[in-house]
Amino acid sequence: MRAIVGLGLFGLAACFLGLAVGAVPIPPGAVLDALFSSDAPAAGIVRNLRVPRVLLAFVVGGGLGVAGTALQALVRNPLADPYLLGISGGAGLAAVVAIAFGLDGAWSTPLAAFAGGLGGVALVYRLSAVAGRPLDPRVLVLAGVVVSAFAGALITAVLTLSPAEKLRNSFLWLLGGFSASSWQALGVFSAYAAIPILSLGRAARSLDLLSLGEEPAEALGLSVRKARRVVYLSASLLTAASVAVCGIVGFVGLIAPHALRTLLGPAHRRLLPAVFLASGGFLVAADALARTVVRPIELPVGVVTSLIGVPLFALLLRRSLK
Amino acid sequence: MLRARGATVRYPEATADALADLDLEIGAGEFLAVAGPNGCGKTSLVRALLGLVPLTRGTVELEGRAIAGWRREDLAQVVGLLPQREEMAFSWRVEEVVGFGRYARLGALSPMSPADHAAVDRALERSDVASLRKRRVDTLSGGEWQRVRIARALAQEARLLVLDEPTAALDLGHEMELFELVQGLVGEGLAALVITHHLNVAARYAGRILLLDGGRVAASGSAGEVLRPELLSSVFRWPVSVITLDGAPQIIPRAPGATRRDYS
Repeated sequence: MRAIVGLGLFGLAACFLGLAVGAVPIPPGAVLDALFSSDAPAAGIVRNLRVPRVLLAFVVGGGLGVAGTALQALVRNPLADPYLLGISGGAGLAAVVAIAFGLDGAWSTPLAAFAGGLGGVALVYRLSAVAGRPLDPRVLVLAGVVVSAFAGALITAVLTLSPAEKLRNSFLWLLGGFSASSWQALGVFSAYAAIPILSLGRAARSLDLLSLGEEPAEALGLSVRKARRVVYLSASLLTAASVAVCGIVGFVGLIAPHALRTLLGPAHRRLLPAVFLASGGFLVAADALARTVVRPIELPVGVVTSLIGVPLFALLLRRSLK
Repeated sequence: MLRARGATVRYPEATADALADLDLEIGAGEFLAVAGPNGCGKTSLVRALLGLVPLTRGTVELEGRAIAGWRREDLAQVVGLLPQREEMAFSWRVEEVVGFGRYARLGALSPMSPADHAAVDRALERSDVASLRKRRVDTLSGGEWQRVRIARALAQEARLLVLDEPTAALDLGHEMELFELVQGLVGEGLAALVITHHLNVAARYAGRILLLDGGRVAASGSAGEVLRPELLSSVFRWPVSVITLDGAPQIIPRAPGATRRDYS
């Protein structure tokens, strides 16, 4: 409980930071004024641009964290990330193709990415079924690697053939960002993400057992196949939607689950809510940094999460292996 | 409690039965050991008895009901299975692992009730791992880990324990301790089915031994009836002698080509 309160405070602090910083820095007092009165000078920027952006980053980050945690239990590997199952490859390829064909509108690229992400997942699933073992974690991981590599090759090919003015857009998209956030995008994503997040939360105990492996889980009373289907589907839908919103943002689904598992233990009833808050706060903070480091230019948030993520992860790995 | 009649398993595309015409019965307070050479069908036997693989012919019934008709969560409240291999992906605490034994009795979101906690405490106590309850499982020794897994099965309040080679990774002392523990539980009314390669220990603790060879029952009965030198030599394709020690038949593997007469 103390952890949840602490992480909740961290999330709030990250959100407040996210509201205050940006191309135009706003002092904390003015941010509060803007939140509580629509006549405040900063009300326009804060209410129409930054609040939806910060909240969207929070929900996307939380969703990626939850999806990552669930997939780590499913494939029984604490180093699995939500993009493991071919989602990033499929989504990236579809987005790059859409941009190359001039479909780079506010909704067309995300929709293409979403469809491509699910296509990647479907291909991974299909490959593991060809091996005769659908949803066997070991085969899933292999199939995910293969599909990602294949998509990577195609992405490179498409980028090479793209005209120069499309290249920048493609690169920015591939590296991820929240500059296109709106209240509308927040509403659509939250309504959609609520279902997989809640179904993974409901599966917390099943995730505990899935992490033990097939035989012990069955023996303890879990219908492993059914549980795997729920987790696989929910995590895939959640990740594909996140990719559609903000592109491919690495490490968010990896760091918080890993750090909190050492802190709180692996039990998912405690872990999942904590991960949601921590990952949400992490992505909001990373987005705040992305907007300020080289102001007024905005870095892709994926660059920031990787720059923070890799050293942090190396540190965690070192500590957890000691 | 558990009864198999003519149970036969043939996997798709296999040319021979993995398990053929198995008859087996085990009731409360019975200790049955299953032995046999590698590939003799021991694993298929466990999977068939627990409904994890469909039967080609024959029947397996648990408490009078066909095993295929049992839902997983109901089965988990009657049978506790310790699979041979189990590796932990995460660093659980002992009490959490034992708590998994309550899974089948819990709703998706309901917390453990006082009754659940009491069952976990009892299980830790009976398996003599109460002092380890806060330890992380990756810090346990092999013997401690097996006792924790037995505690988990006890927390299931299982009436039948199925142990698949529980002492394969244990040294002699820990192996004997584990069998003592299982024997004590059988004395309290549990049924135990133990798959093991260690015939001498089986002969000392098990009321009955079932010897499998090539998917078929080669012999079944008391240790004295099953551990006969000619039979074992033919099943394991190695000459053995049998002596009696502390009232139990014990097997001694012989030098290649040795005959009974060389023994003195």
